[in-house]
Amino acid sequence: MAGSKVKQVQTKQTRNEFMWGWLFVLPTMIGLLILNIIPIFTTIYQSFFKTGAFGKGNIFVGLDNYRQMFADSQVWRALLNTFEYAVIEVPFSIIIALVLAVLLNRKMKGRSIYRTIYFLPMVAAPAAVAMVWRWLYNSEFGLLNHALSVIGLEKVNWISNPKIAIIFVAIVGIWSVIGYNMVLFLSGLQEIPKDYYEAADIDGANAFHQFVNITIPLISPTMFFVTVTRVIAALQVFDVIFMMIDKASAALPTTRSLVYLFYKYSFEEQNKGYGSAIVVLLLVIIMIITVIQNKAQQKWVNYN
Amino acid sequence: MERKKTTGTVVIHIVLILGAIIMLVPFLWMILTSFKTVSEATQVDPFMIFPSKWRTDAFTSVVSKMQFIRLYLNTLLMILGRVVCAVLTATMAGYALGRLNFRGKNLCFSLVLFQMMVPAQIFIIPQYLMVSKMGMLNTTFALIFPGIVTAFGTFLLRQSFMSLPKDLEEAARLDGCNIGQTFLYIMAPLTRSGMVALGIFTALFAFKDLMWPLVSNPEQSSMPLSSALAKLQGQFSANYPELMAASLLACIPMIIIYIIFQKQFIEGIATSGGKL
Repeated sequence: MAGSKVKQVQTKQTRNEFMWGWLFVLPTMIGLLILNIIPIFTTIYQSFFKTGAFGKGNIFVGLDNYRQMFADSQVWRALLNTFEYAVIEVPFSIIIALVLAVLLNRKMKGRSIYRTIYFLPMVAAPAAVAMVWRWLYNSEFGLLNHALSVIGLEKVNWISNPKIAIIFVAIVGIWSVIGYNMVLFLSGLQEIPKDYYEAADIDGANAFHQFVNITIPLISPTMFFVTVTRVIAALQVFDVIFMMIDKASAALPTTRSLVYLFYKYSFEEQNKGYGSAIVVLLLVIIMIITVIQNKAQQKWVNYN
Repeated sequence: MERKKTTGTVVIHIVLILGAIIMLVPFLWMILTSFKTVSEATQVDPFMIFPSKWRTDAFTSVVSKMQFIRLYLNTLLMILGRVVCAVLTATMAGYALGRLNFRGKNLCFSLVLFQMMVPAQIFIIPQYLMVSKMGMLNTTFALIFPGIVTAFGTFLLRQSFMSLPKDLEEAARLDGCNIGQTFLYIMAPLTRSGMVALGIFTALFAFKDLMWPLVSNPEQSSMPLSSALAKLQGQFSANYPELMAASLLACIPMIIIYIIFQKQFIEGIATSGGKL
């Protein structure tokens, strides 16, 4: 008797949780399906079609978009530009942010003011950030070239020289994201117990040794996490390049990223099929990098 | 020893101040330029740092030219819509995934994780086609559309719910609360910090979103600030005082909100960013 009553209560509880559980997840699940999951497959599907001229329907072209893409030097160049951007932005933004976080991770005057200032670019609209940097980089009247002329140096075509433009675009990326990385590092550093450093002090380890032997190993999970998110975000760079490099600029071919090219084909040239193929390429690259990073994590991250 | 420590502190401050200057110069230059005339801004004289007279012409010009009030309103509605939708749906789903047991839960959670791994650009063409088919391009609805639900927010709130102690729910159940009441009166209020973190994160990234509004709201009167700035640059690429005035006006509200709520901002980003 008692047993069956317990069982009844249990089934009632299970039924209840089932009902409420689905009621609560349903809005999110329906939304995710319609807005995200199905679109992944429609985009892949779309990549096998060519959008007809004058918006005339879709023509099935099989793998043509992919064949065209792999033969398209613009795509390869965009891929290279994207990697160049990531290779500059990610390590520098992480190293500088880590150094700042270590310097700020102590009782000191002005700590919160520094933190506020370093984080400031994060709350500015990317379009505004790009515009002001474009103005600073202006080759005739920009502040940077004014500064160079004061100390008697030649003017530099920061973002109009195709050879170097990507570096200065990436510097804007670094400047924008340092505060964000720094805040993540600061919260990671605060979890390191203070007595580790005190013990090291007693043992006579200097600041550098403490940094290498205590801080680095203990912050490695945060570092890994920040690196993964930064690499993935950097591979999707669009705003700064779209805003800073003119459509007619000689530097456009050597700075245009993969996502920029996706935008161009999908929404400026209305070839959504080709645009879809480009974004599927991005998807594949990001998936591969995620897998590699997960493997690497097991090797060098110290979780303890 | 003491002396060594003070020199160390001084060196640290010098490094931090130099860094802070680098972070601030673009903003200062934005402000200074916005009060200049075009000819002052394009002086060849490198020592022309301050405007000869603090003029507000550039501001009045862009405010009327760009219908700035309209842009603020569009941006505000976009942010509010996305924040309300995201916090509401993610709190509910986060509770179900974090605290309840039901058939299909693991599948739901896998969908959440899967969405988070995929680059967001892959959704844009289908989302655009959907909004376009509904005839809703150039509306506030279009601006909110991609942010109605959030996999990342669901994940974040799930974490918040999982960190709460188990006996709270049992106590509520003994008092006769059903699951809905337990959620509404006991569990949801305890995850307020998670909700605030998600709200800040959503607001900031809605404000910074550029590609979607460029695509979904091409009409000037329906644009948010971010894409309106992009369009302005295309039209008046040489009028730097106006470009800087518009940039400043676009950034000021968020900067003020940030300075007032900086603690919540930085903690919100640290918790939400830290769990991404």
